[in-house]
Amino acid sequence: MNIQTAAPDVAAEIASIPIEEIDVARPSLFQNDTIGLFFDRLRAEEPVHYCRESYVGPYWSITKFDDIMAVDTNHKVFSSEAKLGGIAIQDMHSVEGALELEMFIAMDPPKHDQQRKAVTPAVAPSNLQLLEPVIRKRAGEILDELPVGEDFDWVDKVAIELTTMTLATLFDFPWEERRKLTRWSDVATAAPETGIVESYEARREELIGCAMYFKALWDERINQEPKNDLISMMAHSPATRDMPFLEFLGNLMLLIVGGNDTTRNSISGGVLALNQNPDEYAKLNEDPSLIGKMVPEIIRWQTPLTHMRRTALEDWEIGGKQIKKGDKVVMWYLSGNRDESAIEHADRFIIDRKNPRHHLSFGYGIHRCMGNRLAELQLRIIWEEIHKRFSRVEVTGQPERLFSNLVRGITRMPVRLHAR
Amino acid sequence: MINVTFVSSDGERRQVQIEEGETAREAALYNDVPGIDGDCGGVCACATCHVQVDPEWIDKVGRLMSDGMEADLLQFAEGTTEYSRLACQIPMKPMLDGLVLHVPEQQY
Repeated sequence: MNIQTAAPDVAAEIASIPIEEIDVARPSLFQNDTIGLFFDRLRAEEPVHYCRESYVGPYWSITKFDDIMAVDTNHKVFSSEAKLGGIAIQDMHSVEGALELEMFIAMDPPKHDQQRKAVTPAVAPSNLQLLEPVIRKRAGEILDELPVGEDFDWVDKVAIELTTMTLATLFDFPWEERRKLTRWSDVATAAPETGIVESYEARREELIGCAMYFKALWDERINQEPKNDLISMMAHSPATRDMPFLEFLGNLMLLIVGGNDTTRNSISGGVLALNQNPDEYAKLNEDPSLIGKMVPEIIRWQTPLTHMRRTALEDWEIGGKQIKKGDKVVMWYLSGNRDESAIEHADRFIIDRKNPRHHLSFGYGIHRCMGNRLAELQLRIIWEEIHKRFSRVEVTGQPERLFSNLVRGITRMPVRLHAR
Repeated sequence: MINVTFVSSDGERRQVQIEEGETAREAALYNDVPGIDGDCGGVCACATCHVQVDPEWIDKVGRLMSDGMEADLLQFAEGTTEYSRLACQIPMKPMLDGLVLHVPEQQY
């Protein structure tokens, strides 16, 4: 099946929009997957671009790889602080009654540094390798139950299921209730307009339920011998065991949110990319040892988080443009990951790239994704288990995409499996 | 050409050569030294080229400056010591000929 992106007349229409009127914050552009054409124009015509009016207010777009790197590594000028608006194009704390958990991703040094240092050992690959056999076995069981030769939705049956399974394994979360983790992650990042929750009140209530559930797990683990799961590690580690409960909860939610739709959409995005590039799929089938290089390429190609946002703490010039103190600055990782001046053949999905980890999907600097090697480990295991069983995961219909300018998500994707 | 020896966490030694002006990160990457990834491209932004300078060489290389991006990044790396540096921040010059760098067990 031919998986279309933008029709030619749509491309012509986008090419004719005056540059100053371009607003890449519109979630519909991500849902209909025309966003790449807008970023192509910004990179070529005005790589540091100011949008005066949008539903999230005025903002700067940074679209080139090197400029993004410069902002991301300059945390003294470009703040992540939640009270200034935080890390996404839509301000945090902007809605009355929205329960915001304190997470160090939305803090500046020194508080960021203390909290991150305390939690980092929990996701160190050396610890997580101990969980690899369990993740592999459970992934195999999920894949073995799938129907071969008939159409089904890959997102619901595989991507969500595998991600939930790995999260439940990492936290040693009660197995039968594991979809609670997925739900809480969705709720924690949800605004009512996404349809995931009905109101901010409803969201608040669900998150309080989540807090009580984790309090019970914490109490259980702290009274047991130390184990390899993340909750037990945080309950016993000297750096985290005396953490106030709300801080613990914030950090825990950050680990769950950070590992939920990012992994889910990388799993689906990889399947889609291989179907759109059959020569690459053939390469993979010929040499499965390429999975190690393919995984970072999938993460670049999908860019599961389209951007991170900062707030300027002082006037600063970038790309010849004058950014003013207090301005909202958006680093579009999705655009930087397609920047030909930094990545050779950036517009092509190539599973055996020379430097596949040279991409922006994890960010750079002090806020660089803490779980980056964990993400790769999970995806590698999952792809190795898929490869053992199926010669092809065939996409049989148009994928549907998420209405979001932050999470680059695939919500539904019909597939058919071909047994090996 | 300047000689650099990388010692892996299990003690395996690997001597490579690099031109003056390149960094210790390039010395590792051009020669596929395992354990040095250098994701960011050598601009002090990711801490995936963490090495421990052999104590005999630390004065010639220079110790980590206590403030600055390199220290900001290394504080989150696993297994750092007083000899830890980022290889991308060690430019190679003739006085470093024979340099010995230890690669930590984990890079992240």
